[in-house]
Order: sequence, then structure tokens, then C-alpha cells
Amino acid sequence: MRPFFRFTPRHRAIVARTSAAVVLIGVIAGCTAFAQAPNNLDYSRTRLSEAGIYRGTIRPAGDSIPQGRMQSWMFHLESASGAPVDSATVTIDGGMPQHGHGLPTKPQVTRALGNGDHLVEGIKFNMGGWWVVKFHVSAAAGNDSLVFNISL
Amino acid sequence: MYIFAFMRLRPWQRVAFLAGIVLGSLALTTALHARPRERARWSPRERALLRSLSIEGQEPLPLDPSNRFADDSGAAHLGHLLFFDARFSRTGTVSCASCHVADKNFQDGLRVGRGVGEGTRRTMPIAGTARSAWYFWDGRADSQWEQALGPLENPVEHGGDRTQYAQTMLREYRAEYESIFGPLPSLAGLPAHASPVADSASAAAWARLPVAHREDISRVYANIGKAIAAYERRIDFAPSRFDRFVASELERAPRSSASHFTSNEEAGLRLFIGKAGCVNCHNGPSFTDNHFHNTGISHDSETSRDSGRSAGIVKALAGEFNCTSRYSDARPGDCAELRFAVANGPELIRAYKPPSLRNVVGRAPYMHAGQLTTLDDVLRHYSDAPVAAFGQSELKPLHLSTEERRQIIAFLGTLSGPLTAPAGFLAAPLRN
Repeated sequence: MRPFFRFTPRHRAIVARTSAAVVLIGVIAGCTAFAQAPNNLDYSRTRLSEAGIYRGTIRPAGDSIPQGRMQSWMFHLESASGAPVDSATVTIDGGMPQHGHGLPTKPQVTRALGNGDHLVEGIKFNMGGWWVVKFHVSAAAGNDSLVFNISL
Repeated sequence: MYIFAFMRLRPWQRVAFLAGIVLGSLALTTALHARPRERARWSPRERALLRSLSIEGQEPLPLDPSNRFADDSGAAHLGHLLFFDARFSRTGTVSCASCHVADKNFQDGLRVGRGVGEGTRRTMPIAGTARSAWYFWDGRADSQWEQALGPLENPVEHGGDRTQYAQTMLREYRAEYESIFGPLPSLAGLPAHASPVADSASAAAWARLPVAHREDISRVYANIGKAIAAYERRIDFAPSRFDRFVASELERAPRSSASHFTSNEEAGLRLFIGKAGCVNCHNGPSFTDNHFHNTGISHDSETSRDSGRSAGIVKALAGEFNCTSRYSDARPGDCAELRFAVANGPELIRAYKPPSLRNVVGRAPYMHAGQLTTLDDVLRHYSDAPVAAFGQSELKPLHLSTEERRQIIAFLGTLSGPLTAPAGFLAAPLRN
């Protein structure tokens, strides 16, 4: 029986070229995909500090964090064993790691409210996406930083 | 027989063939999975983004605690008169409306503004700006009323001075002024021109004035700004075709002619919120994050080195009429934007505020000194992401094709729509 299809060198070339094009398209699509935040980020609002000295909790005003609006947060600070820390110097910075820019404002702890609670004013996020907010704590137990991931 | 044909291929051809089949299958699977999404049209993330951009869900105008007359309709009416009144200029020929042309969406279509002389920056549109925390391209004013006062004493814009304007108020608008702000101070015996920021003769005359007179004049001047702001505050964007499209898409309604997008417009929208990342800075119903960004725009056409937000924030913090000034009605706790502003750092160098993209297709040229003539030039710039001459550009190359640029521009066209304002506010008042 005569085969109705014969694989000629011309067909081979077509297959090779098509395959190469498909591979190339895949590579281009992968490179230009819009940057998404990494999948394994921890968005907990309670975090242990980098060296494990403190535990901190951020309490934004509502469940969701608004975009483009100035806001105040409560920041609760305690030792790793759970004792509230009131006498601390706290500075705040952060930004968008994937964009390479910092926070649009300079938030500050403006008041210690007792029981480890601190009022943080001047927080604002001007874009959607993955942000980090870092609290650098200096207190009797030592200097340490708490890093919170925020998704907007 | 296909097996035989396959066996006759060289090893690299077999690998390529198999890779083709695997990738082809993957593409097919993705396409098949995309079918139901095609029916759903938008992913949950995209739906959230569309909702965030729609004017329908826009929050009410934020209060301006620094201007207790901001929502006073009498102040808005007076502001309307002042906005179009060319007597508030050195030459008697320039009003706010000379550059903020009412029937051109309150801008002038020129590369840089032209008042009594030529300015250095592009005239910014006004609609919706009451929602911003910062004014001017570099954010050197922190309220709409402080902004309004800047051009009035700028030597190349209105070119006049506050003493001249206070006397014009007394002469032309005494009844209106006093019904809103209370009695005008006595201005008898004042020089015709005096101001701390005008030319040297006016500055010398200002220095000779008793402090109490200076404060009286500056308070009248601040109130001129507050009245103009009360007027400008009421000029906002009405829904455009984009907002109707979003409403219908979010309801999963059948597409109608009123909400219809062409395939290019829809593709442009997908690029805008996706690959091109425009929505990073052009977000919210006004399509601006009201913050400051260095996008590597050329300074070649600028006569002096313009450092953008770096200089703007210094001026804002020292602003004679800022939120914490004696002329502001705010309590200190109300001035959070000023209090928590980033005051220095490399990110501020040549950073400028993105204006709203609503009605953007009708207001060429673009950028802070009108450097780019067409929207295609703008998109080429964003796509190429050139290195900034000063500071650091935030852009990354997008590699947009000609067709993709065309699609984004088609989408931007759907943001064109009317403005909304109280009756008569979108044209010159009948009195002038």
C-alpha cells in the first residue's frame, strides 16, 4: 500500500522551524509576563523580628488596607516571650521590592499608648501590589527589625 | 508509518518535534482552560482593578480642612468670577482661564503655559484635582487654594501682586467678599504694588509696610485663593464610555452599543492593567496615584535645570500658605501629608506628578514641559524606558509593538468624557 503521507526533508524543515518558533514564543511570553508577587510570601499581621527578639502586630484601621489614602495603624510590640514593650525607639521604612522604590510617605510612631501599643501615623500606599513595611526597633532588649508583607 | 517517518528524523529534529508537540499540547490546554475564562471575560484580579478604576465607585470629594470655605457655594460663585477676571494680573489681560481654557478641559494645548510671559511648565488640567494632596507638577503646594495663589504672583503668569489684588477685591467684589469672609480691612494709603515675592520694587514696598498691614493683605490674598479653590473643587469628571463598559462587564451584562469596546480598545485595556503596567501609577478613578515619578523625560527643551519634586517638597514645607500656615483653617493634626512627606532622597529628583488620564487624548502635548507631541511618542518613551539624565527613571523597557501602542491609545480614547460642575461653571460667568 502506498502511504498517503511521506515525510520528506521539506516536512522535516517545517517541523523543525515550527518547533523552534513555538519554543521561542514560550520564552518571550515568560520574559514579558507582568511581575506578580512571589507565591510564598507571609502576609501575617503578627511577625517575629528578624533576630527573634521581638514580636510585633500591625493593626490597620479596617480589614482591608486602602490605596491612596493617608492612614494610621496601631503597632503592638512585645518581647518574644510576650511582655509588652513600651520604651522603644521605632523607625519605619519600606517600599515595593519589585519596583525598586520606597514608601511614598515617611510614617512615624507618634505616641506610645501603653501595654506595648504604639500609634503609627502617616502611612500611605500609592499603588496596588506587594509592599513591605519594616519596623526598626531599638529598646532595652536590643536592636531588631520586623518586616511585614502587605498586599494591595 | 508515522513512527517510520519519525525514525528517519535526525536526533535533534526528533527532540525539536517532541518539544513542539509538548508545547503545542500545553498551548492547547491553556487555550481550552481559557475558554471558560473567556466567557467570564475577566479574572478576579482584573475585575478588582476595573472596579478600582471606575468613576462609579469613586469616594465623595475629600474635605479640605485648610479651607473652611471649600464647600461654601457663595465662595464657589465668587471663585468662578475671579477665575475668569483678567483684572487679577499685572497687564489686565491674563486670568486663570487664559491658560486653563474652559472649552479645552481647562488646559491650553501649549507646550508650556503663556501668561504675561512664557512659563517653563505645561498647563495642568483642573477637573478632579480636589482629590489630590499635592498641586503643580512638583507638588510645591499642598492645597487647591495654595496652588491658585502661585500663578497670581508669578512674574511670567499673572505677574501682579497681592496688594494690587486686595485693592481690586475692595473695588470690584466688596459685597461678595464680605458676605463670605467678613469685613475687608481698610486698604487706604497702601502702595499700588507690594508683595514679598514680586519684583524688587514691590518687595521693597512690602518691607516698608507695617506687619499688621502685611497680614491683612495676605489674608485677603489667601481668601482669593480659597474662593478660586471652592470653584475649581466643583469641576469633576463625569462618567466616560470606559465607566459604562466597566459597569456592564462587572454585571456580566450583554454588551450593548452604549458600553461597547472595540477589540482594540479591550486589548488596550488589558495591556494597560497587565503587561504595560500603566495602572501602577495611573490608578484609581482619576487614573493617577497623585504621587511623583521620575520617568526619564528629557530635559533638553528646558531653559533651566528642573529638579521636580526635590525642589517642590522644599517649597511646600516652607509654603507661606501651606496647611500649617497662619492662613490655613486646619488644625496641626489635619496636615498629615505635609507632616509625613518624604522630604529628601534620590527618588524625588526629577519626579513629577502624573496628571489624570481622563480626557488625555484631547490634551497634547504631554509631560511636564510638553516634551512629547503625541500619545504614540509617550508610549514609545514608556516602552523604550531611556535612562534618566538626572536621578533614576522608574521605568523598565516594555517592548510594546506598534499594534500594542495603538491598542493602548485606542483604550485611552474611551476615557474621554464630559466634565461635571454646577450650572454655568464650565464657561465664563455672565458678569465678566
